[in-house]
Amino acid sequence: MIFSRFFRRRTPATPQLEAGLKRSRQGIFRQIVQLFDRGAIDDALFEDLEALLIQADLGVATTEALLERLRERVRRGEIRDPVEAREALRDEMVALLEAAMRNRRVKIYQRGVPFVSLVVGVNGTGKTTTIAKLARYHLDQGRSVLLVAADTFRAAAIDQLKAWGERLGVPVIAHAPGADPGAVVFDGMQAAHNRGIDVLLIDTAGRLHTKSNLMAELAKIRRVIQRHVPEAPHEVLLVIDATTGQNGLNQARVFTEAAGVTDIVLTKLDGTAKGGIAFAISRELGIPIAYVGTGEKPTDFAEFDPEAYVDALFFGDEEG
Amino acid sequence: MFEALTDRLTAVFERIGRKGRLTEQDVDDALREVRRALLEADVHYTVVRDFIAAVRERAIGEAVLRSLTPAQQVIAIVYQELVRVLGTERLPLQWAPQPPTVFMLVGLQGSGKTTQVAKLGYHLRKEGRRPLLVAADVYRPAAVEQLRTLGRQHDLPVYDEGTAADPVEIVKHAVRRARDQGFNPVIVDTAGRLQIDEPMMQELERIKEAVQPTEILLVADAMTGQEAVNVAQEFHRRLGLTGLILTKMDGDARGGAALSIRAVVGVPIKFIGTGERVDALEPFYPDRLATRILGMGDVQSLIERAQQQISEEEGKKLQEKMLTGTFDLEDFLRQLQQVKKMGPLTQLLEMIPGMSQLLRQQQVQISDDEYKRVEAIILSMTPEERRNPDIINYSRRRRIAAGSGTTVAEVSQLLTQFKQMKKMMVELGQLAAGRNRGGLRGLLGGGNPFAGLSGFDGAPPGSGLPVRPTAGPPPARHQSKKKKKKRR
Repeated sequence: MIFSRFFRRRTPATPQLEAGLKRSRQGIFRQIVQLFDRGAIDDALFEDLEALLIQADLGVATTEALLERLRERVRRGEIRDPVEAREALRDEMVALLEAAMRNRRVKIYQRGVPFVSLVVGVNGTGKTTTIAKLARYHLDQGRSVLLVAADTFRAAAIDQLKAWGERLGVPVIAHAPGADPGAVVFDGMQAAHNRGIDVLLIDTAGRLHTKSNLMAELAKIRRVIQRHVPEAPHEVLLVIDATTGQNGLNQARVFTEAAGVTDIVLTKLDGTAKGGIAFAISRELGIPIAYVGTGEKPTDFAEFDPEAYVDALFFGDEEG
Repeated sequence: MFEALTDRLTAVFERIGRKGRLTEQDVDDALREVRRALLEADVHYTVVRDFIAAVRERAIGEAVLRSLTPAQQVIAIVYQELVRVLGTERLPLQWAPQPPTVFMLVGLQGSGKTTQVAKLGYHLRKEGRRPLLVAADVYRPAAVEQLRTLGRQHDLPVYDEGTAADPVEIVKHAVRRARDQGFNPVIVDTAGRLQIDEPMMQELERIKEAVQPTEILLVADAMTGQEAVNVAQEFHRRLGLTGLILTKMDGDARGGAALSIRAVVGVPIKFIGTGERVDALEPFYPDRLATRILGMGDVQSLIERAQQQISEEEGKKLQEKMLTGTFDLEDFLRQLQQVKKMGPLTQLLEMIPGMSQLLRQQQVQISDDEYKRVEAIILSMTPEERRNPDIINYSRRRRIAAGSGTTVAEVSQLLTQFKQMKKMMVELGQLAAGRNRGGLRGLLGGGNPFAGLSGFDGAPPGSGLPVRPTAGPPPARHQSKKKKKKRR
């Protein structure tokens, strides 16, 4: 295809991410790449680029910041033609994600000492499915896993987690619907300790970040965890749906205040979603992205890699 | 975070200063802020572009440039245009001439379809219908179970055939049962995928073909970004949507997606989902969503809720009491109970412009448990004590504390605060009386940017409403807030 020859792929493609991002790529990001297929850098290029980046959910501020960097480099004479501009845009986008990645805490897994992972997020982002994927991921790495159903609110959430547990062959600690989430977590912590579990994954009720009571519940869950293991939870994963718009920033902000989010999991990247909000969150809040969910199967899951992610957004099937 | 658009525009015009006349350039500066506000609300880029062009034309054509209050004028035009795009009238659900009517809900996974099915059923039963909910999402783990549970919890009949049956057959059987047993409407929960794919669309088309739904409603998440338009367009192209249910509007998402869908696809927004509870489904009002998209709070909903709960007569009586300082603890208790009826306190407060930010910034926690404590204290008083709190001495306080499960200090605190509130009410009452009977609007601190606008006929209903002398709920709210702050 016409535009592929301009772009040198720098990272080997991960098949899952490729497939997952297919739709996005054929939409906005494909158009972005095509945009540079012109004779010279002019104002129209920047205007069109702005339009497309905003349509990719990067948000006004992040889009403007990226464009400003590009303009500056053009002014300094570092970028002379559209091909260089395209390379520069790719680099800037990777750099933006990498800056946030530097805030990552190294995850240290010890045999028989539970690594506690708290999974939070608003309703409908795919928390429970993400838990299943995480479980699968850890099992593949040879770690024993225990699931805790602390979402006692949503109808049938417990059943859903139990079904996943059965499918994956992983034990699930659950109470009756409507039970105190703190009590479930307490039992989960104890069970993990007694059974010498390596990774404890806690599913929490989907909540809107504007509900202070629900957010207080998260703080309580944290306290229960810390009573058992003071340095836990070792990670707090905020699950964000890749179709989320600018509200994703608010979600990340408020959950970080209430629950001390350490990483983001970007889900539903296989949908029509582009996940542009990830750039805004990286830039404005500096929260690193740990994993991406790219499908409905437990294996549709990958560790996040900024270069691979940006390349997957930009490259089409034309190479395959 | 988000400054209200009003503030931003005011700042722009202040920067420009009083040059006597504004130029087109000034208007463009202002419109840049509008554009930003709309994009931050996730309105689709192309919709914003067309929208700004339309507003610009009007703003430059009209008397804005010479106006003394250009910021308000620009907002007024923006607001009017927004309402125009959102649809000026509410369209009720359509019913089939022959029962049962079938409503089919479609949408992506995680948009809240199953919950909305239950909500819609609950809503329509309250209107005297006999709905039958149908679990035709046989793919998602536990989706059928979720609908069953919701049905059980709220006593709504659910038709399902487990997860092994063909959704088209399930729906056909459900409609037959509805016809035989007199259920109407039939509300169908359909499969939602993460993406729009051929098998899903074909299945939905087959369901549509088989049962001819009167309404095909797209359930869309208010937090969705720019993609919302494409999703809606695709569903519309294949199925012919008749309306939209916008969910998760109880968060702080501004709901720009709704504007985009409305502008591009043209189907009306029929309901707004405002929470997880089954009764959290509200009819859609374009003017309210317009203020919300612009980040100006939802004063209208608040006023309406207050008016629903307090009869005019009651309101008058209360105001009389407040003005004369004869408001007693019994009145206060009644007020408290009325405010409680209006919904969770936090939700009420969030509707006041700027309040949700304020609450978050100041870390003010207002729990609804607070109601209960205050209620318990007052209920532990004798009628005599409620009418005349001054007689409550230490020994009475001890008794009240014991009776309400609180401490003497808490009882004392309540009494002190009540006294302060009473004083404040008298002052406010005098203020409001002197200032054109400001009522609720006055107390809310001029949240309505159109209030001062003359000759603005597209004003939101609030400014056109007969301002009733209901000085009721707001003082109670102010009170609760104050109380909390002090306690921490």
